[in-house]
Amino acid sequence: MTAPPIRGTDDVPFVVRLEAFSGPLDLLLHLIREQEIDVTDIPIARVADQFLSAIHELGLDQAADYLDMAAQLLRIKIQLLLPRPFDDEDWEDPRAELVRRLLEYEQIRELAVWIADQASEHGDRFARGWIPDLPDQPDRPVTLDLGDLLLAVERVIEAMPEPVLHRVVPRPLDVEGATRRIRAMFAERAEWTLGELVGREPSIADLLSSLLAVLELARMGFIRARQLQPFGSVVIRREPADAAA
Amino acid sequence: MNQLTQLLEAALFAAAHPLPIGELAKLSPEATREDLRESLDELQTHYTDGGHAVELVHVADGYQIVTRSHFADAVADAQIVRRPRKLSQAALETLAIVAYRQPVSRAEIEEIRGVSVEGVLRSLQDRGIIEAAGRGEGLGRPLLYGTTPQFFELLGVRSRDELPRLEDLSVALRPPSEQGEMAGS
Repeated sequence: MTAPPIRGTDDVPFVVRLEAFSGPLDLLLHLIREQEIDVTDIPIARVADQFLSAIHELGLDQAADYLDMAAQLLRIKIQLLLPRPFDDEDWEDPRAELVRRLLEYEQIRELAVWIADQASEHGDRFARGWIPDLPDQPDRPVTLDLGDLLLAVERVIEAMPEPVLHRVVPRPLDVEGATRRIRAMFAERAEWTLGELVGREPSIADLLSSLLAVLELARMGFIRARQLQPFGSVVIRREPADAAA
Repeated sequence: MNQLTQLLEAALFAAAHPLPIGELAKLSPEATREDLRESLDELQTHYTDGGHAVELVHVADGYQIVTRSHFADAVADAQIVRRPRKLSQAALETLAIVAYRQPVSRAEIEEIRGVSVEGVLRSLQDRGIIEAAGRGEGLGRPLLYGTTPQFFELLGVRSRDELPRLEDLSVALRPPSEQGEMAGS
């Protein structure tokens, strides 16, 4: 293939030129129609060179879609150059698919013109309270597949705060047992300090059980508790039997 | 104008979008479809013959009161209303494909146009002219696009039946079998 002449692109603003054609098919059709080429008998070699030259000239050589079309044109050009046996009935014109696409595209372009005309004509008739762009359009229906849904669930689970776990255990307080024990102690001696009644290094449950038992016994008048100074030891004395009665 | 016609006029005046006949029927439960059509005709005639600057049109399967296009320039130039934004060539081509091939996937549109259409599809969706209408078969279950009633509203047509038929276009697609002959000749 001959390298297409590369012309200066510095003076051509890239974006503006890109808008001049809406795609490679548009550019190709432009080349074909401009030269009044029969679309069903395209001189591919010539058009391919012109196409390449145009995309250089237009500064479009960065656009992948145009390069894709350029590659297709070159492939067709090469296919046409390959020797083929005479009277090969299976041979298909490599241009046929391109021709079909060009015609299909040209049809779409004609429809696009009709749509534009129609929209412009109807756009001249203003409806009452016509709002250019609705600020609050209702959300489009959500389309989800299972993957989206699972991802969403995962995000929600991740966003949840770490749960605070409480261990619920059966109440280990044994006030009755402590009462029996303390009564037994007072059968032995009439005066004890609270510390002695509770015992050495009690568990919290035992301490509370003993304390509740002491308070209960005091309420019943079985014992009397006394604290002679703040934070001093609590002295507990058994009440005389007649007072308790 | 009879009372039903006046009722219809009030509703059509207040509505921001074309009202389908089913919606108009709610105005008067005892009125038949026939009554409604007669009243709509009466209203249309009233606007046409009475020297009014508005007219009654039937678009997107609904009825709407619109200003006559004769006054468009004056009203728009005074910036009292804005004309709808014009669609770009890329948007028009994409819209044409969606309108005629729906439901259609992005890949099919790109195949016909020969360019990536992701951005165009999004802006058409944002303008409410097309919508995702389902998912197709095949790899990745691609989204399929279709037009919305707003598409017909944009063009001022009632339904697909008022779009040009493909056979009537100047570029008629020949079946592929004939193309080989043409190319060989």
